[in-house]
Amino acid sequence: MEYTHSVSLDREKCKGCTNCLKRCPTQAIRIRDGHAVINSKHCIDCGECIRVCPYKAKTAIYDKWEDLDTSKYLIALPAPSFFGQFSQLYDGDYLMTALINAGFSDVFEVAKAAEVVTEYTRRYMKRADIPRPVISSACPVIVRLISLRFPFLCDNVMTMMPPIEMAGKMARQRAKEQHPQLSDDDIKTVFISPCPAKVSWVKNSVEGETSPVDYVLSMSDVYFRVLDPLKEVASPTVSSETGMIGMSWASTGGESTALMNDRYLAADGIENVIRVLDDIETGHFPNLEYVELNACNGGCVGGVLTVENPYIARVRLQTLRRYLPVSRNRLPVTAAQKADEVPDELFTVKPLQYRNTQMLDEDRKESIRKMRKIEEILEGLPTLDCGSCGAPSCRAFAEDIVMGDADETQCIVRMREKLQSLLEQQMEGNK
Amino acid sequence: MSSESLCFHFDVDGNNFISAGEASVQVKKLLRQMGFAPDLIRRVSIAMYEGEINMVIHAHGGVADVCVDQDVISVTLKDEGKGIADIELAMQEGYSTAPDNIRALGFGAGMGLPNMKRYADRMDVESEVGKGTKIVLEFIVAEG
Repeated sequence: MEYTHSVSLDREKCKGCTNCLKRCPTQAIRIRDGHAVINSKHCIDCGECIRVCPYKAKTAIYDKWEDLDTSKYLIALPAPSFFGQFSQLYDGDYLMTALINAGFSDVFEVAKAAEVVTEYTRRYMKRADIPRPVISSACPVIVRLISLRFPFLCDNVMTMMPPIEMAGKMARQRAKEQHPQLSDDDIKTVFISPCPAKVSWVKNSVEGETSPVDYVLSMSDVYFRVLDPLKEVASPTVSSETGMIGMSWASTGGESTALMNDRYLAADGIENVIRVLDDIETGHFPNLEYVELNACNGGCVGGVLTVENPYIARVRLQTLRRYLPVSRNRLPVTAAQKADEVPDELFTVKPLQYRNTQMLDEDRKESIRKMRKIEEILEGLPTLDCGSCGAPSCRAFAEDIVMGDADETQCIVRMREKLQSLLEQQMEGNK
Repeated sequence: MSSESLCFHFDVDGNNFISAGEASVQVKKLLRQMGFAPDLIRRVSIAMYEGEINMVIHAHGGVADVCVDQDVISVTLKDEGKGIADIELAMQEGYSTAPDNIRALGFGAGMGLPNMKRYADRMDVESEVGKGTKIVLEFIVAEG
């Protein structure tokens, strides 16, 4: 099945510069005919290209406010990072009320679901038979990255549902309890997302099933929609059901510290994350229990669809959660549920399958021949990695040539040298 | 090894501990492009990683040459460091001569050479005190 991406290009605006080309962590971009082209086979929806494009030609795909079917019972699912976007917000209840006043029927905090996920994860970690370290599946970019690059870590990725899915599920359940007359189709859940990767997650992972999340809106779009309603809230009509732990999921380290297990690693920024995964795969970090990785700097507060600087958002969240209880969603250990029991229906994430998208050829003999050719071509290239040919590095260019996707004459540096020597010959001749 | 082998050369910088292990990451990527099985790639990259770290800790760096054939991958690690006095002893798990500051970083657990032996199909160590060490690792490529 074709993977649906949430990062796309506005050809009109793209000048064909090399900014995104050089920054793409999976080398998925090439410049062809003066415009960027994204190879969907390699793209992991990290959004780096959106971040660096000076012409705003890279855009995220998400649902628009106008797309919402207002005849339905619409439940807003704000990500914890959403609460860090507003200055002068000292109580989350005001923002939740503003969402209701802006047109939603109900609000269900993803942070609340995150606290439930944390509880279950703590239980899950007590099991002896799981591959360690357990890698969080909360950041969809990381999950995709591992499936394309790290065959030996696929089994370590958590298969329990991430907070976004848990939130959709719980929100629907609550709506049905409160309004028994509502059918499944009457209820629509609307995730307010900090990043395009969550859009891809919704569009790809729930193929063929009833998705617990129906729409994904951009956090910055919703931000501008609720600014006015927020100012007008005199006294809140809904109240938050989240503690410190749920809010902490917005930035790196929050998710793992909540597990109360100090053998964890938390890293962010896509380049750092790749380095960490390489090291884990080589067995460099022994005795790790849990690994939390976020593609964006700072964690979800650093997503490309956010409004505020991630570090400022983080400070605001610290203020907001200061007087909150540690958690407001604790699972009691009952006779029916043992201390390490996690219901089977929570394991909804398909075990990750490794797909090698980098292979030069299906046939190994042919692959080796192509690799030899790449090395030969590379010998003759300037290794400046200037990107003028449209590939991010001289090696990538050599690979493109061998794969029939580029031509040696596209190397501007070598062509200039050739021209120079032709001119010199000409001058000699004239003398 | 046939003259047909496709070889890659890496300089392992002994002055930069932070970059130790980078060559094995590059090799991992190259082998992946050539479609080798993940299990084999893992064995090669771990063994080579251990070798790289050893050269940085004990020998101020060295060179690594990786040669790829249809049926075998070989990794040759060469340095001009202080050499290994007693190879048999050095091959024992837990035996280490790494300095404390290196151990503080989590290295020097005495598993470098044993791991290389464990992950490679063939291992040959030549060393002379004061001259240096040469280790050749071979990995058999299974059919498929």
